[in-house]
Amino acid sequence: MPNSIATNGVVAERLDKQTLADNFTDLHPPLDDHEALVAADRCYFCHDAPCMTACPTDIDIPLFIRQIATGTPDASAKTIFSQNILGGMCARVCPTETLCEEVCVRETAEGKPVEIGRLQRYATDTLMGKGIHPFVRAKSTGKKVAVVGAGPAGLSCAHRLAMLGNNVVIYDARAKAGGLNEFGIASYKSVDGFAQNELNWLLSIGGIELKTGQSLGVDITLDGLSNDYHAVFLGMGLAGVNALRADGEDKDNVLDAVSFIADLRQASDLSKLSIGRRVVVIGGGMTAVDAAVQAKLLGAEEVTIAYRRGKDRMSASVYEQDLATSKGVRILYNVQPERILGNGAAVGVEFAYTQTKDGKLVSTGETFELRADQVFKAIGQTLTGAPDALTIEHGKIAVDEFGRTSQSGVWAGGDCANGGEDLTVTAVAEGRDAAMDIHASLTA
Amino acid sequence: MANLASEFIGIKSPNPFWLASAPPTDKEYNVRRAFEAGWGGVVWKTLGEEGPPVVNVNGPRYGAIWGADRRLLGLNNIELITDRPLEVNLREIKAVKKDYPDRAIIVSLMVPCEEEAWKKILPLVEETGADGVELNFGCPHGMSERGMGAAVGQVPEYIEMVTRWVKQYSKLPCIVKLTPNITDVRKPAEAAMRGGADAVSLINTINSITSVDLDLFAPEPTIDGKGAHGGYCGPAVKPIALNMVAEIARNPETANLPISGIGGVTTWKDAAEFMALGAGNVQVCTAAMTYGFKIVQEMISGLSDWMDQKGVTSVSEIVGRAVPNTTDWKDLNLNYIAKAKIDQDLCISCGRCFAACEDTSHQAINMSDDRVFSVNDDECVACNLCVNVCPIQDCITMEQMPAGAIDPRTGEKVSDKHGDWTTHPNNPMATAAE
Ligand SMILES: Cc1cc2nc3c(=O)[nH]c(=O)nc-3n(C[C@H](O)[C@H](O)[C@H](O)COP(=O)(O)OP(=O)(O)OC[C@H]3O[C@@H](n4cnc5c(N)ncnc54)[C@H](O)[C@@H]3O)c2cc1C
Ligand SMILES: Cc1cc2nc3c(=O)[nH]c(=O)nc-3n(C[C@H](O)[C@H](O)[C@H](O)COP(=O)(O)O)c2cc1C
Ligand code: SF4
Ligand code: SF4
Ligand code: SF4
Repeated sequence: MPNSIATNGVVAERLDKQTLADNFTDLHPPLDDHEALVAADRCYFCHDAPCMTACPTDIDIPLFIRQIATGTPDASAKTIFSQNILGGMCARVCPTETLCEEVCVRETAEGKPVEIGRLQRYATDTLMGKGIHPFVRAKSTGKKVAVVGAGPAGLSCAHRLAMLGNNVVIYDARAKAGGLNEFGIASYKSVDGFAQNELNWLLSIGGIELKTGQSLGVDITLDGLSNDYHAVFLGMGLAGVNALRADGEDKDNVLDAVSFIADLRQASDLSKLSIGRRVVVIGGGMTAVDAAVQAKLLGAEEVTIAYRRGKDRMSASVYEQDLATSKGVRILYNVQPERILGNGAAVGVEFAYTQTKDGKLVSTGETFELRADQVFKAIGQTLTGAPDALTIEHGKIAVDEFGRTSQSGVWAGGDCANGGEDLTVTAVAEGRDAAMDIHASLTA
Repeated sequence: MANLASEFIGIKSPNPFWLASAPPTDKEYNVRRAFEAGWGGVVWKTLGEEGPPVVNVNGPRYGAIWGADRRLLGLNNIELITDRPLEVNLREIKAVKKDYPDRAIIVSLMVPCEEEAWKKILPLVEETGADGVELNFGCPHGMSERGMGAAVGQVPEYIEMVTRWVKQYSKLPCIVKLTPNITDVRKPAEAAMRGGADAVSLINTINSITSVDLDLFAPEPTIDGKGAHGGYCGPAVKPIALNMVAEIARNPETANLPISGIGGVTTWKDAAEFMALGAGNVQVCTAAMTYGFKIVQEMISGLSDWMDQKGVTSVSEIVGRAVPNTTDWKDLNLNYIAKAKIDQDLCISCGRCFAACEDTSHQAINMSDDRVFSVNDDECVACNLCVNVCPIQDCITMEQMPAGAIDPRTGEKVSDKHGDWTTHPNNPMATAAE
């Protein structure tokens, strides 16, 4: 191990392999059988359960938990998958603390919710571990649908369409399918190649062809797809990143947090990844937290998240913020970057304190400098490559409640579409619902 | 997915899960919602004779006991039969049956022990299109003080007499619902059979007082300072019900008498157990009253998954599968030797097994200074107490000793032959082994 956490600059091998492996194991280890029974026993089987209402995919939570409690995890998994085919990934990445578990009656009563996420993982792992795909395809409708984007929205849409008897071709710009499940989600949330395993398991229903390295706007066009297919679904996510609009943004070692995470997710040897001694992450969402925590886990000595508004406005949940601070990340609130310091490579960031005046965020005039040899920008992703023909609203493809875009025969869902939070589970729900509407319109 | 379609004494239902005669089946509103939730059939809340209906108390009807986390384990009630007019119930039964022809609707009846009363009500029931009748000889409170319910069920001659009237005045399949408040449940079952019953159902509720208010010095539920005994049901009564079902199933006299199993059925597994012990279907009351109609979905998925695992395609194949293995004590193999074994990886060192075995059993568990608990085979009689008190599932298991091994407790070789009390040398009545 040539380097340590105190080595200056952006270098690899700060930690030994064993430490790295320990740092990047499962954030929440899976429940064993006994733990699952004990956890399931806490569920009250609520009527019109609030947890179920809070789940964007409407999983019948009390039923699946009761099926665990009664020793039938396979049936439990089927209950989950019938609503959410990526229930395995969602069990790992959903911010349950702001979804189902936040409204669990036992959270309200005792501050200790039923562990819905971990129970969901227990059930889905059990069935997937047996290599069982619980659905079969309906008889062929003779219809063909093109799906653009192999992220959660596209995969969920494709699976539902295939299940209903349609043939689907998925086009994705990247060489590898999975979208942010494969390239974005923090490593410790999805270990052991789960995203690809889940992808293969999902595709095993049949009727879905995957074409990677096919970019809409470059290799294929919306008009072309509309001609060749009975319907088109766009689930292309947000491929662009927002600019910082601070001086010196172009200096070396000022990077997109999303690409840093993607590299990390694809690395076969974490010790070969370079990381700064002092890392500054600018932003306040899940991406900022994930980049900061993973920078710390790679061996950065000092990691700071700088967010321009107050703690209560941060889009990363309190749980995520606490996770970051428990890993040794420092979070600064109410500060915004003025410029990146350094000649050539970044050596620091100058920040200004902010305040809100008349509803507007303004600088107080007071500034300070933070040393940094690496700066990650995590200030949001933007839609790029959306076909010109479609109406855009609030920077996203405009859709109605069924996922229909402004152009007939074209649906959209997930992060690229307007409405709903940018979460894996929301993308799954929107992909599924669009598939139902596409199927209905094709078989009408 | 296994086919759960069920046929019980000729009555078809999409699954073997029926709601028992009780509040869940008291009216059209409930029964429609139950069918929408997936229940295969219902036994309508017990009807009484024409005229002013019975009157229920207006104070608490229920008492309960709870397990950890306030999980309801036993329920006690002092409710009577339906307190709604006969004509209203009959009209509703007809309407629901018409809309749900594939579901079973059985009408529970309780009228005075007089031929005329039964003769009068049966045609009215037939007219609704219901699939059968269930004779409520079971309720142990209230109605029994008026010579009905358990008061009839406790006298086999009355059971036989009334069943005979019912078979005489009606073509409807007839189920006789038995009370557990009796010493030998085989007797009323035999009486029902002699009277011509097509099936028996059991158990109705058990006489009970769940608790006493220690300020009022009155049993609970307390109504204006007084309490009366009620009928006990829910998970707590399942073992009693299972035994009674098995008693009837393995009694040669009633071996072919169909049984509808009732008492504490809460999960698919409970249902499977009742059916394995001879019940053709099951009826559920307390579980639905505790969790709502939706629990039937878990019963359906669970039973069907289990049947798939077992490679069983029809529910009739599981009925009675455990009956041949339900024997008398004297037939149990005394040469079967097992020892408790503690899985050290699972053990959390609570010491409950030690306390139980050391204080109250055979001093067969050792405890080391650093709290490692292990079984001493020299003393272990395989009583299973440690297994039952251990908080961790499957942490302590019973391991059978192979034939030929030496049991360190007795110093004797484990025999591969069956040897039971009937042939044991210690038994003064032993018939010599050949
Ligand atoms: C770092 C990070 C961490 C996150 N962590 C969480 C989390 O813990 N929990 C959570 O719920 N959500 C999390 N999210 C959000 C979540 O990942 C997204 O909401 C979700 O992946 C959206 O799914 P999608 O299918 O709409 O888009 P994506 O997952 O982005 O998939 C879009 C796909 O479309 C492809 N594509 C893009 N443009 C084109 C084109 N022109 N032609 C063809 N293909 C194209 C892309 O290659 C990609 O495969 C995180 C996001 C990020 C960035
Ligand atoms: C409130 C209540 C009312 C009941 N009323 C009747 C009844 O009218 N007729 C009847 O045959 N059984 C009646 N029962 C008994 C149930 O049908 C059933 O036999 C008993 O509750 C055992 O089943 P369980 O453990 O699933 O509850 C009643 C039970 C309860 C809890
Ligand atoms: S809110 Fe909590 S207790 Fe109620 S059904 Fe959902 S998980 Fe169970
Ligand atoms: S359960 Fe309903 S009817 Fe019974 S006491 Fe409560 S509120 Fe009243
Ligand atoms: S009761 Fe079970 S967990 Fe407790 S010490 Fe004994 S074996 Fe271990």
